[in-house]
Amino acid sequence: MALDKPYMDVPGTTIFDADMARKGYHLNQFCMSLMKAENRQAFKADEAKYMAAWPMTDEQRQAVRDRDFNRMIALGGNVYFLAKIFATDGHTFQWAAARMTGMTEEAYRNMMLGGGRSPEGNRYIGEQGNG
Amino acid sequence: MARITAGVGTSHVPAIGAALDAGKAGDPYWQPVFKGYDFSKRWIAAQKPDVVFLVYNDHATAFSLEMIPTFAIGCAESFQPADEGWGRRPVPVVNGAPDLAWHIMQSVIQDGFDLTIVNRMDVDHGLTVPLSLMFGQPQSWPCRVIPFAVNVVQYPPPSGRRCYELGRAIRKAVSLFDEDLNVQVWGTGGMSHQLQGPRAGLINREFDTAFLDDLTRDPERLANIPHIDYVRETGSEGIEMVMWLAMRGALEEKVREVHRFYHVPASNTAVGHIILENPQ
Repeated sequence: MALDKPYMDVPGTTIFDADMARKGYHLNQFCMSLMKAENRQAFKADEAKYMAAWPMTDEQRQAVRDRDFNRMIALGGNVYFLAKIFATDGHTFQWAAARMTGMTEEAYRNMMLGGGRSPEGNRYIGEQGNG
Repeated sequence: MARITAGVGTSHVPAIGAALDAGKAGDPYWQPVFKGYDFSKRWIAAQKPDVVFLVYNDHATAFSLEMIPTFAIGCAESFQPADEGWGRRPVPVVNGAPDLAWHIMQSVIQDGFDLTIVNRMDVDHGLTVPLSLMFGQPQSWPCRVIPFAVNVVQYPPPSGRRCYELGRAIRKAVSLFDEDLNVQVWGTGGMSHQLQGPRAGLINREFDTAFLDDLTRDPERLANIPHIDYVRETGSEGIEMVMWLAMRGALEEKVREVHRFYHVPASNTAVGHIILENPQ
């Protein structure tokens, strides 16, 4: 018997469940360390050196270097933890969200001003919506 | 006797706090958001709550993956605004209400809700943005606050039903507290929003409007909404709306809606706000 995971067929969405939390533990805890100003400085000064102290996978380290947030999420990152990375870079949630959708920041901002992304066509994988 | 007089629901978008702190509240983008709280500021100045029981979620601030309490009650004398990576918000220290918090803890746990007791905790935008929206920028917050953190970061969060029933247990606990206190319960977070992945930016005005309607008309329907409906219909972060149900459960069966506001967008999010009063 397996647990029911009804959220697996929602397009463009990763639910931070038990599997993802285990996969992303060290990545997310690395992100938490950036809550301290001195750690943010050390990370900015030498990203590779700073990350070497955390037992992340090489794939996770590379995704951080690339600021590839979708990849980080696929590797167990959670957006509230990843926020510490883009905060360190001086970016906002809107900047990060735009980046994850593949839109320019301006196009994303305009979509939001226009009422946001509609749920129509974006509820189930295969509906071919814009999410 | 302490009594719960009113409930407040509001989004707690971090960008709202950042805009206020940076003096951008009058900008064309932000002005409509803050305008939706003009009535609320006058209302709360007249209401003068002694204590706000503030249901919110921590966003990987006080709680990392080291410890993830489903329900955590802040029993400390005071709580510092957190540095979430952008530096601390320039807002006053949050003074707690430890006597009432400890009382509620003891009552609610005996009613079957196994709370985590927290005596030291920094509070993030989930708690401070609602205070800013309701009180503006005072030198000190004009009431005491009991922070009540609900896990909505690690799946699964508690169900809407569980939060609603928890609200009822809080209602009972407050009614059993001897000091004469005017208590409000706030539910924060939401409304529809998704901050992650290619589907980020999802907004569902129809769902949100029905949710606001049914806080007075049919809270039982809301309490029965399963997690998956929030995820699919309102975005992965829309699940924060379960926290509004703790607020609703803490109020009487029949309540009066005295104010409502809905606006898209604030950053990635639909801003929803409601004020519900208990019968006098």
